[in-house]
Amino acid sequence: MKTIFEKSVPGREGCWPCDGIGEEAYIPRELLRDGEAGLPSSGELDVVRHFTKLSQRNFGVDGNFYPLGSCTMKYNPKFTELVAGMPGFTRLHPVMPQLQGAGRFCQGALEVMYDTEQLLCELTGMHAYTMHPMAGAHGELTGVMLMAAYHKDKGNKKSKIIVPDSAHGTNPASAAVAGYEVVSIESRDGIVDPEALREVLDDEVAGVMMTCPNTLGLFETHLPEIVSMLREVDALLYYDGANLNAIMGQMKVGDAGFDIVHLNLHKTLGTPHGGGGPGSGPVGVSKRVEPYLPISRVEKMEDGQFALSYDHPKSIGYVAPFYGNFGVYLKAYAYMLRLGRTGLSRASEHAVLAANYMRKRLEKHFEIPFNRTCMHEFVASAVRQAEKGVRALDIAKALLDKGHHAPTVYFPLIVKECMMVEPTETESKATLDRFVDDLIAIAEQADADPESLHQCPTTLPVTRLDETFAARAMQLTQDMVED
Amino acid sequence: MPYVPHTPDEVREMLDVIGAGSIEELFAEIPEDLRPKSFDLPEGLSEMDVLMRLEAMAARNATDKASFLGAGFYDHYIPATVDALTMRGEFYTAYTPYQPEASQGTLQAIFEYQTAVSRLMGMECSNASVYDGGTALYEALMMAVRKTKRRKVVVSEALNPIYRVMLDSYTSNLNLEFVSVPHKDGMTDIEGIKAAIDKETAAVMVQNPNFFGSVNDFTELFKTAAEQKAVSIISSYPVLQTLLKTPGEMGADIAVAEGQSLGMPLSFGGPYLGIMTCTKKMVRQMPGRIVGRTKDTEDRTGYVLTLQAREQHIRRQKATSNICSNQSLCALRALAHICSLGEQGLRRAARLSIERAHQLADRLTAIEGVEMLTKGAFGNEFAVTLPVPAFDLIGNMLEKGFVPGFPLGRYYEGLENGLLLACTEKTTEEQIGVFVEMMKGALK
Repeated sequence: MKTIFEKSVPGREGCWPCDGIGEEAYIPRELLRDGEAGLPSSGELDVVRHFTKLSQRNFGVDGNFYPLGSCTMKYNPKFTELVAGMPGFTRLHPVMPQLQGAGRFCQGALEVMYDTEQLLCELTGMHAYTMHPMAGAHGELTGVMLMAAYHKDKGNKKSKIIVPDSAHGTNPASAAVAGYEVVSIESRDGIVDPEALREVLDDEVAGVMMTCPNTLGLFETHLPEIVSMLREVDALLYYDGANLNAIMGQMKVGDAGFDIVHLNLHKTLGTPHGGGGPGSGPVGVSKRVEPYLPISRVEKMEDGQFALSYDHPKSIGYVAPFYGNFGVYLKAYAYMLRLGRTGLSRASEHAVLAANYMRKRLEKHFEIPFNRTCMHEFVASAVRQAEKGVRALDIAKALLDKGHHAPTVYFPLIVKECMMVEPTETESKATLDRFVDDLIAIAEQADADPESLHQCPTTLPVTRLDETFAARAMQLTQDMVED
Repeated sequence: MPYVPHTPDEVREMLDVIGAGSIEELFAEIPEDLRPKSFDLPEGLSEMDVLMRLEAMAARNATDKASFLGAGFYDHYIPATVDALTMRGEFYTAYTPYQPEASQGTLQAIFEYQTAVSRLMGMECSNASVYDGGTALYEALMMAVRKTKRRKVVVSEALNPIYRVMLDSYTSNLNLEFVSVPHKDGMTDIEGIKAAIDKETAAVMVQNPNFFGSVNDFTELFKTAAEQKAVSIISSYPVLQTLLKTPGEMGADIAVAEGQSLGMPLSFGGPYLGIMTCTKKMVRQMPGRIVGRTKDTEDRTGYVLTLQAREQHIRRQKATSNICSNQSLCALRALAHICSLGEQGLRRAARLSIERAHQLADRLTAIEGVEMLTKGAFGNEFAVTLPVPAFDLIGNMLEKGFVPGFPLGRYYEGLENGLLLACTEKTTEEQIGVFVEMMKGALK
């Protein structure tokens, strides 16, 4: 499909013609650009057609089952868009509450912030939250910065952060970006092994980053032991909230001894993923880490009014220009109000039910490396199929042909040919069955005619794409293509 | 329960397949002492009740005031097509395009976005976006530090202070040395910055127009930086970039911007859009997602995420950044906004904003005691010195239904009487007239 630049006709006017006020009247010529930028010029209907056609070349939750492990692609309730689109929120300038006497003109927005923090505290058993981080990885970085501030303040000399080998790549990257050395430890039976931890645990360890349930969908059963080991060396336990959708109402991570947690509201609380952002990655902390939270903080005054406060001398400072992705956590807030206590618990219960149901239905057809009760996702492996030359990648592409988005493939790194399936609680049993049946059919095809699977996908706008060529040719813009 | 479709019978069937007696059994691995002692969230509400409650909360934000508040975040007109197109579920409910064949829509849109912002900035390459203009500056700085292996950073004090405090926070554990070059009466002190650059300098960071609205040409400055092998980083304002000399023309290595003005509502601070562009020779240092064009097995054009060896999911602790995804939907909005207005429409928005700001400046400075603080050429934002502290005046004007601007004293010592005002194409001449009359009254 042609790009909008290829469709563009110079001189055609968009929805707003340019009249003749000259910028030279105000800004000297030598400060102006040489000629036009080369932005598209298309009629409004052509633009609408272009974007509509683009959208038709995309899978999304609204049209396809999207069991992408670790990403919690649950249904995104439509009413939350109405909330995020309310002019009382969209038209509010973020500097407003920072102006003298203007706090009373933003009480609604400040209350949303405050109330969301309160609900998240209760949901996770943490002492306080900051809503500022703008994505999960951004929350991780904020969390590691909090860790550093805590140790600095206590006079601890710390240089290392421990990360299990099953962790998302963002964990080691966040620790490294914040200036720490990363120590990776091997899992045993798919979970963190306290013995392996003990071998690398010393006074230099600032903290351990854990995902629970972990990326294999397994609960970390040694948690209490790990917590007490860390206490001995004054290291903090970090919770990566990627998989919180498994345990809402079942366990509060704060009670379990975690000091810092980041949540992914776009996963757990149903805000749309938007093709890869914007998300929201608020960070919760235990009482001992609270002094270091970013500023500003939102507070409820004695008279019931809400206000921003900046007077936190131990704060790590500013991780965002304002208060985080307000428009995103506004949707998460609406979602929490809608589901409430029972709805949120029920979401986790049914997410776990769906994952276990699929796991059981698939176990005869695929290798399930850790085949026991899983939480909200499970990992299957295509090692049997690989013996015939059919890899996880081929299976993923075959699923696309059947109208499903593929599971996450080749992650976590510790399982060969892995496929990580996360159905979420919002998919009907009929959908789960259709996916499982299709996957079983693919397994049978892999057995009977492995070669045929190397061609998939064949029903989409493009067949398999050459990633090696992409990296070598480096055509990152229309202009690089034309050069 | 909302959004959980399973009937009791289906639950039973599923449990039978699993071989479990109840859903509770599936959670047996969570030990009893880790069970929640309380779970005191309120019970759920109907969709209607949630909407009514939030309407009431939204009503407690006064968004009806005529506002001259900018400070890097502007209320530009957003064409109706932007919401209509980007809210399509196929875009909206997709995720990072890990399966390119099923994500050509998202991928091609990002490729087009990369093209549009590269052209706007006059740069060669762009990534798929980062969180906002401040994190874009931080990531740009880290690119420079990696590239040069140096630790000294020269920063203009006329760069948005909201971003400068972010840079301080992000780098507090990284052993970098910041040299802040003071502004000169609201001007970027180019000579002062030049003098601060030496063989230890990793990066030079400036903004155009600067925080006070003043428009510059940094060509000479960037030449000096290049001579010392320091990386030049510029933060700019995309709407005005349709008219102003580009970072590329000035010879910048990295150009970043807050993309909010390209189709994002103010929305109390987010979600916004971090635009990052750079030269071809810097691209392997770039963080985040990047889309490239390629071919499929039938030789048809298609798009994929590329140069992924830079990224955390491949390189883990050795990645260029910890960023996982981007602000994809915001980038899509920016593209839809740019395409809907077209080159001419975007230029018109920029021109009108500049024209209104100059009208406002002329009329305000006609009031006795109000002087221009911003010197030389300016765009759609400028600063004035008032005969009274800006903080007091703002409180007074808020009562009258106006948000007069940003008090410079919040970040700049000695500028307690300084007020920063912005206009966009939405500012009307009538608003300006009434506002100036009110200001006269307030300053009597």
